[in-house]
Amino acid sequence: MSFTMRKDASGVVVVGVDGQLIVSNRHELKQKVLDAADGGARKILVDFSDTGYIDSSGLGALVSLAKKLREVDGELRLAGLNEDLRTLFELTKLDTLFTITETVDDALKKF
Amino acid sequence: MTVPLRLAVRRHDVSLPEPARTALRISVRLPSDLEVVEEAVDVVARHCVAEGLTARRARFNLRVALCEALANAILYGNAENAAKHVHVHVTITEPHFLVEVQDEGAGFDPAAFANVSLPHDLEALGGRGLFLIRQLVDDVYLNERGNGICMVLRRA
Repeated sequence: MSFTMRKDASGVVVVGVDGQLIVSNRHELKQKVLDAADGGARKILVDFSDTGYIDSSGLGALVSLAKKLREVDGELRLAGLNEDLRTLFELTKLDTLFTITETVDDALKKF
Repeated sequence: MTVPLRLAVRRHDVSLPEPARTALRISVRLPSDLEVVEEAVDVVARHCVAEGLTARRARFNLRVALCEALANAILYGNAENAAKHVHVHVTITEPHFLVEVQDEGAGFDPAAFANVSLPHDLEALGGRGLFLIRQLVDDVYLNERGNGICMVLRRA
């Protein structure tokens, strides 16, 4: 499991979650996104197209990052969730907290 | 570089009272190290799929619920004490997959588990783990001491 990071031409930083986002790697994701924010990034899109599963610690990390970005007038959005991940966000009602877009391309157009 | 085996996995037949009669039991012992959670979840899920658990229930329900239970056992039960282990026993019968996770900690009050719900604050950073377990498996029980959880997934 690992995280990738690239800056889109539009200025959005896209963070890919390859594998799981769980208790053992949540801090790594947080640090990567916070480093990007420290570097001036304000629009962060987390791409879950290659993600297996997320646990409650991973969800907590996303909530924490969304709060921190909001404090600096930024925003964290999500894209590429499969049916399982969508169910997870719906069960926890976090689908109402995040802007979730089906594909990364679509998310980048709208961000 | 060879990665050392970090999990002890055993697979054996057990006898159960009627009507289940016989079952397969898979036991995994893991150290109190968050780094092995993903590997342990994967090992258990693969054995369950091989024994007939449907792909989605293994990929989603089992993996997320087991990941939650292991994280709780390591972080809160064993307090990441390297001298303590987490024990997973999966008993596979005709109708059920019983997934037990037990730590070596003091346990917590099972009564606190009775009314688990989502945190009132949607933006709370934690407090969703036990709720998710309850949502993702068909039945869940805690042992009396509060250091063991049994999650039941029906085959269909």
